[in-house]
Amino acid sequence: MNAPQKNTTEYNFAYLDEDTKRMIRRALLKAVAIPGYQVPFASREMPMPYGWGTGGVQVTAACLTPDDVLKVIDQGADDTTNAVSIRKFFQRTADVDVTERTADATIIQTRHRIPEAALTEGQILVFQVPIPEPLRFLEPRETETRKMHELEEYGLMHVKLYEDIAKHGQIATAYAYPVKVEGRYVMDPSPIPKFDNPKLSDNPALMLFGAGREQRIYALPPHTKVASLDFEDHPFEASKANHNCDICGAGDTYLDEVITDDRGSRMFVCSDTDHCRTRQEA
Amino acid sequence: MLEGGFTDQPRQSATAFRAALDAMARPGTIHTVAGAQPPALSIAAGVLLLTLADRTTSLWLAPPLSAARDWITFHTGATFSAPEDAQIAIGAWHDLPVARFPIGRPDYPDRSATLIVEMPDLTATGPRLTGPGIKDHANLSLPETEAFRMNATAFPLGLDFFFTAGDRLAALPRTTKVEAA
Repeated sequence: MNAPQKNTTEYNFAYLDEDTKRMIRRALLKAVAIPGYQVPFASREMPMPYGWGTGGVQVTAACLTPDDVLKVIDQGADDTTNAVSIRKFFQRTADVDVTERTADATIIQTRHRIPEAALTEGQILVFQVPIPEPLRFLEPRETETRKMHELEEYGLMHVKLYEDIAKHGQIATAYAYPVKVEGRYVMDPSPIPKFDNPKLSDNPALMLFGAGREQRIYALPPHTKVASLDFEDHPFEASKANHNCDICGAGDTYLDEVITDDRGSRMFVCSDTDHCRTRQEA
Repeated sequence: MLEGGFTDQPRQSATAFRAALDAMARPGTIHTVAGAQPPALSIAAGVLLLTLADRTTSLWLAPPLSAARDWITFHTGATFSAPEDAQIAIGAWHDLPVARFPIGRPDYPDRSATLIVEMPDLTATGPRLTGPGIKDHANLSLPETEAFRMNATAFPLGLDFFFTAGDRLAALPRTTKVEAA
């Protein structure tokens, strides 16, 4: 594969045309003003398939400035196909600086993780979202789920979590765990592990969510109260594999289980590759 | 009329939008922008219009600012409408018919107007702001308290505000609770 070309002038800055960026920017401002509410937007076809982060890419393109330093992760890793291709896309179309270090990034586009390192004021985290509607698997009709959000009618979601407890003895939802934002909108935090849910609340960074196929944008401003849904007698628990990282030894990070041969050997490693490497170097 | 627009629209509007986004995400913070030289409007109000308005948006312009009308039409293509249909409105606080702008619908609260309020000055003093985007509290020299306190009680409906003075801007989304300092 060819190295990304610098200053490819055939494209507008950050790929999208200015009309599209203005439309996305207006949606983003409303999303920030109504935390957790899904703002419809006229999602464009992107030069990558749905499911590869077309929503996140459009949000990033609308936010990116020439001075930004971009980091892209896929399940915590900087070096997987999705992350590499999106990073190259913006190097080529916006000529921005890129990094793998969470602390050095001003915009981080992420698929299904929140970095382990604490985010700071001024950073933007852009989530790629497959299904933005938390009630969609309980109620397939958009007309109905819109009404449910309007009326704050979220009983169905609690029934679903209750059925989890009745069947499994605990809430079995392990990712895309629903949250309530500032006591109003129930929101899908995208398929992040529920281990990451506590980081959604009172985070100093701005969090933006883009769903390309479903044409929705939503947001969590910094320092917003975000509560994971639970019951008094079954409180929310941020769970992870009961191991330490086999590379850096961290006991407080989210781990990937890696199969190492065909005889059942396995190891657990940090899902956040930058965090793991930083710990090894320290 | 032909002067005073962005000279490098993709990059200048990107930088301007980040200031606007940051202002809306962190109510009370004051940001400096550049790139527009509109007649009758502040630089910041001109930058916001160039960044957010186009042929698909309807504007309401306060009558005392009518000298800016041709500039806005030439540089954005936006159409002008009654306050009830406006997506963006620009004016000094006492010229804005605040009660007439759309505050969104219960099923689509995003279909609400964004008001750009021209101010003589903008400082981090005055009414006390709390809510999403604000760590503890912030202060901003709002033109009054009561209207913004009432606006927040309509959540999730409501208006969202930018305040502009010279080349500086701040914002107040409907989520911010405003109290007299």
